[in-house]
Amino acid sequence: MKFGIVVLPGSNCDHDCYHVARHVFGKEAEFLWHKDRDLKGADCVILPGGFSYGDYLRPGAIGRFSPIIREVVDFAKKGGPVLGICNGFQVLTETGLLPGVLLRNRSLRFICDSVYLRVENNKTRFTGTYSKKDVVKMPIAHNDGNYFADEDTLKGLEDDDRIVFRYSNRYGEITKDSNPNGACLNIAGICNREGNVLGMMPHPERCCESILGGEDGKGVFLSIIDCF
Amino acid sequence: MVVISKDIVKEHGLSEEEYKSILGCLGREPNLLELGIFSVMWSEHCSYKSSRMYLKEFPTEGPHIIQGPGENAGVVDIGGGMAVVFKMESHNHPSYIEPYQGAATGVGGILRDVFTMGARPVAILNSLRFGNLDETKTRFLLKGVVAGIAGYGNCMGVPTVGGEVYFHPSYSGNCLVNAMCVGLVNKKKIFMGKAAGVGNPLLYVGSSTGRDGIHGATMASDVFGEGGEERRPTVQVGDPFTEKLLLEACLEAFKAGEYIIGIQDMGAAGLTSSSVEMADRGGVGVEIDLSAVPTREEGMTPYEIMLSESQERMLIVAKEGRVGDIERIFRKWGLKAQVVGRVIEEPSLRLISKGKEVANIPIHSLTSKAPVYKRPVKRPDYIDRANKLETGSVSLPGDMNAILLKLLSSPNIANKKWIYRQYDHMVRTSTVVLPGSDAAVIRIQGTNKAIAMTVDCNSRYCYLDPFAGGMSAVAEAARNLAATGARPLAITDCLNFGNPERPEIMWQFREAVRGMKQACIALETPVVSGNVSFYNETSGEAVYPTPSVGMVGLIEDISHITTQWFKNDGDVIALIGETREELGGSEYLSLIHGIEDGPPPSIDIIREKAVIDTCLDAIRSGIILSAHDCSEGGLAVALAKACISFEDGLGAEMEIEEDIRTDAMLFGESHSRIIVSLKEDKLKILNEIASNHSVPIEVIGRVKKNRFKINRCIDLPVESLRSVWTETLGKNLNGRETV
Repeated sequence: MKFGIVVLPGSNCDHDCYHVARHVFGKEAEFLWHKDRDLKGADCVILPGGFSYGDYLRPGAIGRFSPIIREVVDFAKKGGPVLGICNGFQVLTETGLLPGVLLRNRSLRFICDSVYLRVENNKTRFTGTYSKKDVVKMPIAHNDGNYFADEDTLKGLEDDDRIVFRYSNRYGEITKDSNPNGACLNIAGICNREGNVLGMMPHPERCCESILGGEDGKGVFLSIIDCF
Repeated sequence: MVVISKDIVKEHGLSEEEYKSILGCLGREPNLLELGIFSVMWSEHCSYKSSRMYLKEFPTEGPHIIQGPGENAGVVDIGGGMAVVFKMESHNHPSYIEPYQGAATGVGGILRDVFTMGARPVAILNSLRFGNLDETKTRFLLKGVVAGIAGYGNCMGVPTVGGEVYFHPSYSGNCLVNAMCVGLVNKKKIFMGKAAGVGNPLLYVGSSTGRDGIHGATMASDVFGEGGEERRPTVQVGDPFTEKLLLEACLEAFKAGEYIIGIQDMGAAGLTSSSVEMADRGGVGVEIDLSAVPTREEGMTPYEIMLSESQERMLIVAKEGRVGDIERIFRKWGLKAQVVGRVIEEPSLRLISKGKEVANIPIHSLTSKAPVYKRPVKRPDYIDRANKLETGSVSLPGDMNAILLKLLSSPNIANKKWIYRQYDHMVRTSTVVLPGSDAAVIRIQGTNKAIAMTVDCNSRYCYLDPFAGGMSAVAEAARNLAATGARPLAITDCLNFGNPERPEIMWQFREAVRGMKQACIALETPVVSGNVSFYNETSGEAVYPTPSVGMVGLIEDISHITTQWFKNDGDVIALIGETREELGGSEYLSLIHGIEDGPPPSIDIIREKAVIDTCLDAIRSGIILSAHDCSEGGLAVALAKACISFEDGLGAEMEIEEDIRTDAMLFGESHSRIIVSLKEDKLKILNEIASNHSVPIEVIGRVKKNRFKINRCIDLPVESLRSVWTETLGKNLNGRETV
């Protein structure tokens, strides 16, 4: 099992994802440089968090034109598992692999905090080790995490069970107060129809070791590792 | 050719005597470009002309010190082939004029100072001071500064893990924004800002040079009058994305091979100070062809190019024949690397433009020959007046519950989450103790070690007694580190004062430095880097003297990492150290009684060391479950914070011996005190450790669920403490006027 971690100019969670893949789970991992067109035999591609191209214009808007991203899109369309975290999620919506957009946070401020999420769908390749309705705690750190899509798209996401994580309170209740950024339907993460592409604003790689205050993010990586 | 008139000299912030010295150095009249170069290099900001004679007094050496002051940043050995690199710097004036960009570029500059040394930045801290929170201007500045720090640091992927924020009217017209960066480096791969090897090429890397920030260093060396905002064009604009690329490119170039001889950030005074300082350290000269410098606009003059403070630029002295290798790495990261000159034997700064020599200045005349002033010193009149507190005249409040709640909601004591929630404090997956405990802790991946870091200063103490205040800033920093389980290693500092040409200000400065020096010697924490910021005053009103201390400590074993909040119902709470009847300079006296008088709490640095050693020994013996330093708000506030600074916090019930005034027992700010909690059966060990260090221990209570009680004077539900403490900043800052 090998992870490929995309490095766009301005990616800054690339090393964290690498660390988790290599040192927490003992899997192979390799960086994929944005100018390259080679996925180096990765079984799963991670688009890490950060500020690709400084978030200039719009987060992810420039990054999606990188040569490596075209390869990632092809890989995803062939069913390859792709995980977009934070800025990676933003890039995925820009490529069209996932619907909707990520707007500025409702508060217009950057938010770094640990929040509760409820697992809505454990049938994806990234959530198999969770149980449905599990409440997990994960860090968020973003300026633009306010998920938005039109009513039809949102209805489609609900009907197709493509909402994977929603912001909740510690008891798993989906409330207005537990929504940190104003996201429609408290959406924290969604997947594509086939369930092989997941985009999420929270950072599972930041909570895979107890010394960092929690291990709730491990499930995301273990689920995909279990597929191989 | 411009004739150098008296007015031009004055506009450059140079005195008539200084201009005469320039004539002496050159043996002729300078041209305008040369005058501009002298003016920035001799500015207070670059030359430390008023402070140098005092800074020399600081202890700067120790067995673990690899690099002390004088380089881009200080370097301290932490064993295992690794070293920690750190420095703190002020960006006060730019932040007051344009808070977002001022603060952002402050962060950008301090990051560059650390990564030019070859280190990867792993943490950012900051020390911020503003006027009262109920002033519109304060809220405008605070929001802008916090957003600026966040905007830059977050994009860089370096966590902002700690700091301090204070509000006091003395900062109304002159906020303080001090940023500190900590990096990690392989001890064998440390790079210096030194030019060497005649003929070696000078490489310019990073952003192009624009017209921003011209004379920023001179501005920072002046007082504000009315309308300081008009100076906005001298504030630089930051581009953190380019800096992120610059960081990665530099680290890759350092690692790739022996390509780089010396490297320095173009910070204050840009290309001028970087080239001059590198030449000075190497005892050589440099020749720069200004026509080769990448510029953002057509038609920039040599004067503008040399004095621009455009951000995200570095100057590299490359090894002859290695330019191509360096260029390739920078090109990979989308950056330019341009040869702009070379190292020359004659120790001069020679500037060429369009084939003609446009400046030629001996290097030493800009550095060691820069003026050094022994400014007049006078003990201010207010000192005696302000240190005669008659505690008898301070009425004892009836309802201590109300007082405690009011203190917890004071902006100086209240929870700062509204601020640090905007900083990515978790990126790099190494922040083990997040903001909100005594000190932040960063683990060092691949080892069993961690480093702790903090920034501290109580400027009210420094105003009342700069000597004691300077000493206590260092002491409190060390105490904060000890409470997390870290052995203090060294400090960096940012000395923020008023106009040094006023003898009273110079006296405050001298005394504060003297106090810091004594504490640094006693606590074995040398000064390895730092910065002085004078002229922090507006219309003759100086800020309180604020020598911010940034301290880094080492935790040898991550199992020793300790946090401030109580852990289990039933644990015993003990106080290491003792409470004296000291109300002077306290937050309580200021907030409740409107009195700012002293004397501030007395400090015995030998006792402080003993308390710190007791705490560390106890933590290392494995018996301590929580440890928290007592500072603003005294024992009652410290105990309350140990209950509420964790999401599922507990309560506590105290029985404290009362042989002093109740308010002094609860809210007095006696130094050298740490609250710890532990299992009852471990008390014996704690007592033994304390008696080894001749430090008193008092068992003061027990951790209990839900309620917070002290003797018969305080009895409150924990939730009520938490809500006032957490809500203050948000209440004042949310939904009011926007930036």
